[in-house]
Amino acid sequence: METRTLLTVTTSPHIREGSRTHLIMWFVSLALLPAALWGAVVFGWYSVWVLVTSIFSAVLAELAITALKGKITVPDGSAFLTGFLIGMNMPPSIPIYIPVCASVFAIAIVKQAFGGLGSNWMNPALAGRVFAMFSWSKSMTIWNMPSTLTGNSAVTQASGTAGDAITGASPLGIVKSGLLDMSVQADSPQALASQLQNIGGPLQFMLQKGYPVSQFDSNVTEWLNSVFHLGLSRGYVDLFFGNVAGCIGEISVFMLLIGAIFLFAKKIISWEIPASFLGSFALLVWIFGGTKFAMGMFTGDVLFHLLTGGLMLGVFFMATDYVTTPVTRKGMLIFGAGAGFLTFLIRLYGGLPEGVSLAIIIMNMFVPLIDKLTKPKVFGTRKAMKKGSAA
Amino acid sequence: MNGIKTFPKGGVHPHGNKKAISSQKISSSQPIKNAHVPSMAVIAMSQHIGKQAECTVAVGDEIKEGMLVGKASGFVSANIHSPIPGIVKSITEIYLPHGVKTKAIVLEFQGEFERSGKAFEKKTWIGMSPEELNGFVADMGIVGLGGATFPTHVKYTIKPEQKIDSLVINGVECEPFLTADHRLMLEKPDEILEGIEIVKAITGIRNVYIGIEENKTDAISHLKHKIQEKKLDYTVVSLKVKYPQGDEKMLLKAILGREVPSGGLPIDVGAIVSNVGTVFAVYEAIVWRKPLTERVITISGSGVKYPSNLKVRIGTKISEIIEECGGYRGKPGKIVLGGPMMGFAIADPDMPVTKGVSGILVFNEKDSFKFQNDPCIRCGRCIRACPWNLMPTLMYKEIENQDYTGALAMGLMDCKECGSCAFVCPSCIPLVQIFKYGKLLSSKK
Repeated sequence: METRTLLTVTTSPHIREGSRTHLIMWFVSLALLPAALWGAVVFGWYSVWVLVTSIFSAVLAELAITALKGKITVPDGSAFLTGFLIGMNMPPSIPIYIPVCASVFAIAIVKQAFGGLGSNWMNPALAGRVFAMFSWSKSMTIWNMPSTLTGNSAVTQASGTAGDAITGASPLGIVKSGLLDMSVQADSPQALASQLQNIGGPLQFMLQKGYPVSQFDSNVTEWLNSVFHLGLSRGYVDLFFGNVAGCIGEISVFMLLIGAIFLFAKKIISWEIPASFLGSFALLVWIFGGTKFAMGMFTGDVLFHLLTGGLMLGVFFMATDYVTTPVTRKGMLIFGAGAGFLTFLIRLYGGLPEGVSLAIIIMNMFVPLIDKLTKPKVFGTRKAMKKGSAA
Repeated sequence: MNGIKTFPKGGVHPHGNKKAISSQKISSSQPIKNAHVPSMAVIAMSQHIGKQAECTVAVGDEIKEGMLVGKASGFVSANIHSPIPGIVKSITEIYLPHGVKTKAIVLEFQGEFERSGKAFEKKTWIGMSPEELNGFVADMGIVGLGGATFPTHVKYTIKPEQKIDSLVINGVECEPFLTADHRLMLEKPDEILEGIEIVKAITGIRNVYIGIEENKTDAISHLKHKIQEKKLDYTVVSLKVKYPQGDEKMLLKAILGREVPSGGLPIDVGAIVSNVGTVFAVYEAIVWRKPLTERVITISGSGVKYPSNLKVRIGTKISEIIEECGGYRGKPGKIVLGGPMMGFAIADPDMPVTKGVSGILVFNEKDSFKFQNDPCIRCGRCIRACPWNLMPTLMYKEIENQDYTGALAMGLMDCKECGSCAFVCPSCIPLVQIFKYGKLLSSKK
């Protein structure tokens, strides 16, 4: 007490929980890593280059703009994460200027122009992806077959060659264009219906179109069927582990789930949005999905739709973005259900094969409204209370 | 059902968090000891909610121990007594922890104790009228010792049209670090139970509930045992360890299932809530005719050598009490009066103890947390943490945009500043500060 020490004076509380914004951002990036690694392994070095460039351009854009604004916010990890997500959402052989443009658009226009972290109303990464999708639709739909499948002879039937990579279509792309072709070529609706009925579902359709299945898939499927008697068709296992054409980071559901479990364990994401998103989507696909193959209601192939089209990446990593989703529990449930419904709508009845990105972005726009409508009743105002309600 | 109750929504767990600075109740095994008698006492005239007491002494006056030095002025006000015998050196103005200026008497210790250390005969109170008993509560300057310092005799004055059926004794002590009430329940259960009898006699309430958080199992079983022994019909309620369980409205919701209306008081749902420390003070006031001149305080935190529970005389300098606990451990960064969730950080360690100080926490420099005010990322944690069902992040934006009407419409005045929102905020936004500021400005409009 002899020496006068200056004390810190703040308002209460004087203790706090451990989590910090920048930690949350870096943890989400960490959770993306397994899926990104899978993409890098099966698509090769060029996909790593796409990821690095996306991240680098996002961070550089953030650095330049926030330096102009006077407070550099790169260490908060959010620009890194946006760049990372954009890279994950790019086809593996994309011309490099596309992820660069998408990243700069996401950071400069969607995020910083609206005020930076916390003020953007649309998910920047998704906006970047959708921007690229509508600007360079051709390049954004050229897919590579993963190296785990290219040893398979069936590949050559389904694909041409572009450069040294073997390109193919994504499962949902094959189904959508295949169905379109059939309806164009069919002589009469009755003939189309009977043709469709012979197919039996999207996965079967995909396989009939010559989509390859790995030996690993066949082995695992056989084992699963013999042990659990599931009667599982070939192909699902490949979809689950990521032996499939698609964006760099979206193909391996397994790796994405590992990341999602990490985020749940860290309490960074909560169950509301994923549960209502997946729930409403699965329910609708189950009810109406079969009608696409003239099989009536309640016959949809839920598993196929859950495993394809970047749904898991969208559900766990982009629909759960704090900034662009509702703040209340009830609001989150509404948001997720809405996104599930829109994904279903776009995927089964719209012009685009996937639909997850657009569904989330459209729901982003409803967030202020949802927040307003789900405002909780303040304690003590919930019900008309009797004065002095003594017994 | 294991019979453990709690409030329905929100709340935080500051104890169980290993990542937060060690916020364990490290002093819970330290018996209450009497602190040294201070050589100088600074007695603030405003130690309670309501009107400042009127100073009844002048410079140079010789004061006896327990003498009235500040007289309650008005209905909601409380008497203030001298904690030590001595001479009035000066009458000055000091700042209270929450930044309000008040008149204060500076008393230099001199003369002899007439009460401390002497044996007295226990006064019987059976047969005294409620008015008479409450008169003593008022005379002895008893205020709520849980932190709010509401004059106790005012709380116990029940209008005939008010029907009160439940007395809830608050032994929750949900603030991290604080262990004063815990120790009191362990060491003075007979006195507390007699205090409850007195409060029952004053208010005429039949049903008594004692709410204790289940991390104080020893206190729960001790009190249960004593209640059985004395054949009393009080209910000891185990409560889930969750902050702010000790807030009186949350306590009533947990124990009685009654929701105090917004802007209302416990009395509106037929209940009175008193802290165990207050009940003990009532006991002392009636049975020993002892004015409220000392109270049990927990001295704890990472920046103090020997965390302890001391019975401290009102007016003692904070710095002297810290000295008595072995002084600082490392360089002090922050000194907080009260608990870490709602307490006030002070700038001057020579500030005196007032009736409302339940704890003195010293944080060393490393643990002295400062707010960062990073941008809100709308994670919604504050909303999930708010036990009052408010939307702290949106309310904060309204105040930032100077839309006080908007903030009021969102329930700004229902905010009890419990700090749960700021505790969980990953962007370290000083939400409580913003709400205090917002309340101030919106009330000025």
